[in-house]
Amino acid sequence: MAIINDEVDAVVVGLGWSGSIMSIELARAGLKVRALERGSDQTSKDFAYPMPADQYGYDVRNKIFAKPKDAAMTVRHTVDDTALPTRKWGSFGPGSNVGGAGLHWTAVLIRPTPTDLKLKTYADETYAPRQLQEDMQLQDFPVTWEEMEPHFDYFEKVCGQSGKAGNVKGEILPGGDPFEGPRSNPMPLPALEDTLNCSMFKEAATKLGYHPFPNPSANASQAWTNPYGQQIAPCNYCGFCSKYPCLNYSKASPQTTILDALKRHPNFSYRTNAEVVRVDLHDDKKTARGVTYYNENGEEVFQPAKIVLLCSFQFQNVRLMLLSGIGTPYDPMTGEGVVGRNYAFLSNGNATLFYKDKNFNPFATAGATGQMFNDISPRPGFEDGVKYGFIGGAKIHSSQATGNPIGTSLPKGTPNWGAGWKKGMKDWYGHSMKVSITTTCMSYRGNYMDLDPTYRDKYGNPLARITFDWKENELKLQQYLRDIVLNITKELQPDSFTESFLKMDSHYDLRPYVSTHNVGGAVMGDDPKTSAINKYLQSWDVHNVFAVGGNAFPQNFQANPTDMIGALSLFSAEKIVGEYIKNPGALVQA
Amino acid sequence: MKSIFASFAALACLTGSAFAQDDQDLIARGAYISRLGDCVACHTAPGGTPYAGGRAIISDLGTIFSTNITPDPRSGIGSYTQAQFSDAVRHGLRADGAHLYPAMPYPSYSKITDEDMHALYAYFMKGVEPAAQASPQTDLGFPFNQRWGMVFWNAVFSSSTSFAPQTAASDAINRGAYLVEGLGHCGSCHTKRGFGMQEKAYDAKSDAFLAGGELNGWPVPSLRAKAATGPGIAGWSEQDIVDYLAEGRNRFAAVGGEMKDVVAHSSSYMSDQDLHAIAAYLKTLTPSAPENAKPASAAAETASRLTAAKNLTLGERVYIDNCGACHFVDGRGGQKIFPTLDGASIVTGKSPVGLITTILAGASTPSTPKGPSVNLMPGFANRLSNEEIAALATFVRGAWTNDADAVSDKQVGEIRTHLEAGSSH
Repeated sequence: MAIINDEVDAVVVGLGWSGSIMSIELARAGLKVRALERGSDQTSKDFAYPMPADQYGYDVRNKIFAKPKDAAMTVRHTVDDTALPTRKWGSFGPGSNVGGAGLHWTAVLIRPTPTDLKLKTYADETYAPRQLQEDMQLQDFPVTWEEMEPHFDYFEKVCGQSGKAGNVKGEILPGGDPFEGPRSNPMPLPALEDTLNCSMFKEAATKLGYHPFPNPSANASQAWTNPYGQQIAPCNYCGFCSKYPCLNYSKASPQTTILDALKRHPNFSYRTNAEVVRVDLHDDKKTARGVTYYNENGEEVFQPAKIVLLCSFQFQNVRLMLLSGIGTPYDPMTGEGVVGRNYAFLSNGNATLFYKDKNFNPFATAGATGQMFNDISPRPGFEDGVKYGFIGGAKIHSSQATGNPIGTSLPKGTPNWGAGWKKGMKDWYGHSMKVSITTTCMSYRGNYMDLDPTYRDKYGNPLARITFDWKENELKLQQYLRDIVLNITKELQPDSFTESFLKMDSHYDLRPYVSTHNVGGAVMGDDPKTSAINKYLQSWDVHNVFAVGGNAFPQNFQANPTDMIGALSLFSAEKIVGEYIKNPGALVQA
Repeated sequence: MKSIFASFAALACLTGSAFAQDDQDLIARGAYISRLGDCVACHTAPGGTPYAGGRAIISDLGTIFSTNITPDPRSGIGSYTQAQFSDAVRHGLRADGAHLYPAMPYPSYSKITDEDMHALYAYFMKGVEPAAQASPQTDLGFPFNQRWGMVFWNAVFSSSTSFAPQTAASDAINRGAYLVEGLGHCGSCHTKRGFGMQEKAYDAKSDAFLAGGELNGWPVPSLRAKAATGPGIAGWSEQDIVDYLAEGRNRFAAVGGEMKDVVAHSSSYMSDQDLHAIAAYLKTLTPSAPENAKPASAAAETASRLTAAKNLTLGERVYIDNCGACHFVDGRGGQKIFPTLDGASIVTGKSPVGLITTILAGASTPSTPKGPSVNLMPGFANRLSNEEIAALATFVRGAWTNDADAVSDKQVGEIRTHLEAGSSH
C-alpha cells in the first residue's frame, strides 16, 4: 500500500531553474506548492569557500551532475541502430540535486532573437520551396517577442545579468549586439571585465567587419539584490565556474537567486531523494490526480495534486510524459504523434591558438568571460544561408569558461602521455586561446525520443532512448563557420593552431563534451498534431499537466537556452496564476 | 476542479473568526508590539514553545531563567489582571509582589504607553497559545537571591518614568525615541552598565546612552549616528540603518552576534515607518569620540600592497588566500553581501573577541522577509592555526584605515577552546 501525502495545489517535479521559478511564483500567489527533487538537498553551505576549487572532484568526477546510474538514457544514430546506455557523461551533463543544472552551468545568459522565435515563418519567407532538407521539421515558437520580452527582462533581473545591451527599445547601442531583439531595459549590471583573449578577439572580429560584444553573463559583475530580495555577489574571477558550483555567490543559480526566498513561504515545502516515476491520471485521462514517487527509503508515495508541473531536465520531462501516457508518442515512420518529436541538440567547434609569448591567465576568469558576435544567424539581411543552402548560424566567440589546468590544450606534436605530455602541460598552460562556434540545430523527422525497449532503471521503468545524428544542413553550416573561424585565426597570428570541426561525413559523437543544451521532445506549438504542449506549456491532452523547460523548444537556436527557459517558466506561471487556477481547463483551444 | 481552487482563495480570508473584529485588531496590534519589544527572544528556550520561557540568560550575577508568559493560568500569566501584567512589564513587579531581576528590561519598558500595554495584554491573553510548562527556577547565590533587595536597586538605578515626547522634535523622531528607549530596549546592550549592573542612561539626555560597550566579550557598537561620515553607524544613511534592521545587512555590514536574533525576531517585522523613525531618532544622537583611524590614504596603501602581493607578512598572505575572494583587496566587500572590513566596528573594536569568533566559527545572515538570502561566511577553524588567525586578525585590525591593537595567538587559542567546548555540548 503506497503512502499517501496530503494534497497540494501544485506539485513541482524537479527543483532546478524552472522548478524554482514555478514554485516561487505559485507560492507567492498563495497556492500550496510542494516540490519533489530526485537528488539531495544542496545549500550554499555545501559550496562554501574554498571547497569547490577542486578540478578533479567537479570537472573530472562530475560531482554535482546526475549520476549515470540514476539518469542514463540510451542513444543511437538512426532507427536501424541499437541504442546503448550512457555509462559516462560525454557530450552533455545533466544536473541533479536541488538547484539542478542551474548550479554547474557556465552562466551565459542571452536571449534568442525575434527571428529565432518565428523560424518557420522566416524560412518560408527567405528560402525557395524545397531548398532546405525535406525531413526538416521547423516550427515557430507559439509566442511573440512582445509576449516574452517582459519575462526575459524579469528573469535577467532575477539573475543580475551583466553585459552590454545592443538594442534598447529599438535604439541600437554601440558595444552591444546590434542583432538582438529590442529590450525594454539595458542589462541590469555592466559587463564582466575582459581577459586578454577577449580583447584580442574583439579587435580582430571588429577589423573583419563583425559586431562583437561581451558575453551576456549571469556571473554578476557587481553586487546585486534581485526582485526576490536575494543577493548575488560580485564575481571574483576565481576560474572555477563551468561544471562547478560557485564558491562566491556570484553565479546566478536557484540557490543564489530564489530558494532562500522560496523557503520562507509557509505554503511551500519540498522533499529531496524523491524520484517521481509517473504522473497518475484520472480514469478519463483528461486530468492528472497527482504523481507517484519513491522516497529516500525506497517506499512508494502518492502525492495528490491539482496541478502537475514537470520541471525536471528535458529528457526526464519527455520520459515522464511517455511513462504516464500523456499525449501520443511520436512515430518517426508516420510522422504522427508528438511526445518525443523534434529532439535537438547543438554542435560546437573551435580553433585553438597557441602563443609562446602571451599569458592568458585563465586562472583569473569568470564562467561567461568572453566576447561573441551574432552576425552569422538566421536574420533578415543574412544572405549566405540561402547562398550556401543551409539555415542556421552560430555564436562565434572567444570564451574562457574555466582555468582548469587538467586538460590544457596542447599544440600539434605534443605527446599525449608520459613525461612529454607533462612537460607540454607545464609549458602550455595559459598560452592558448580559442575561437569557437556554438551552433543552431534544426529538428528532423528522424531525430526524436522514445522509450527504450531493452534497458530499464532501478524501478523497472524503461530508459529514454535518443535517436539523433547530424544532418546535412548542420554539417554544411559547420563548413561555412570553419572558414570564418580560420579567417579570424589568421588575423590573430598565433604561433600555431589546432582545429576541431565536424566534417561532411561526421556522425554524432557522444563522448566529447559539447554543452548541455538538449532541447525538444515535448515541444510547444499552436497545433496539437505537431506539438505536445501549448504556448503556456500546458499539455494539449491533460490540461493540469505542464511541461516546463527546454523540452518546449521546437528546434535549437544559437543562444544559450537558460534565458528562454526562465522566461517561459515565468510566462507559464503568470498564466496559471492569472487564469488557470480560476478557471481550470485548456488555456488554448486547439 | 473549479470549486477546489475557489475554496483555496477563500481560505486566506478565514483566520481566527472566534473573536470580533475589534478584538482581532487589538490582538494583532499587541502581536506587533510584542515584536517591537522582542519578548519572544528571551521568553523562548532554544527550539522551545514560543513564550513558554526557560531560556537561560547568563549574567554576571548568575544564570537567570526566563519565565513562561503564555496565558496558561498555572505555569504562565493567565491569571494576571491587566494591572498586574502592566506592573510586571513596566515596573518589574510580579503578581505575587516579588521583584523581577532587571534582565527583564522593565526600566525601558516603563516607557510603554497605556494604550500599547492594553494591546499587549490582549495579545498575551488571547493571541498566544497557553503552554502548561513550568520554567526552571532562577536561583542566584546570596545576596542576589534576595529579590526584595531589588526595591533599593529600583530606587537608585531604574528609570520608571513614562515616555515624554520632545515638543521640538518631529513625530517620527519622537516615535523613534519611544521605540528605541522603550520597547526596543536597545540600551540593554548598547549602553554601558554601571557598578550596579544598571544601564548608565535610559534616554538621549546623556552622552552615555547607546554609546556602545561590550557584551559577552564582543564589542557592541555605538548607535549614536548623527554624522554623515566616519566609521560605523555614523557613516550610515537613514536608509542604511533601515536596511540593517529589516534585512540584517546593508551596504556596509552584515549582522552578527546577539544582534542576529534581534533582527530575526524583532526588527525585521517592524513597519517601514517605524524603522525610519528609529533611524531618524538615532541620527539625532551625537557620536562619542570616534575610535582611532588612519587617514583615508592608508586604505589605498593596503590595497596596493595586497594587489602587488610581494614580500607579504603572514597576516597579509592569509588574508589574500582566505578572505580576499569576498572582501577584496580594498576591504570593501560587496553591497549587502560581503561586509566591509575597513572601518567596521567588529574589526576595530577594543575587544577582538567578535572578530576572532567570526573568523573561527563563520557567520550567516538571518533570513528575513526583506532579506531572505542566508549568506554564509565559512568558519576557518579547521583551515587556519591560532598563529595564522592571530596574524590575520592583527593585519585586518591595522589594514586600510583601521588602527586597532594586535591580537595574540593566546587570545585566539582561548576563543577556539571556548568554541570547541560550546559545540561539544
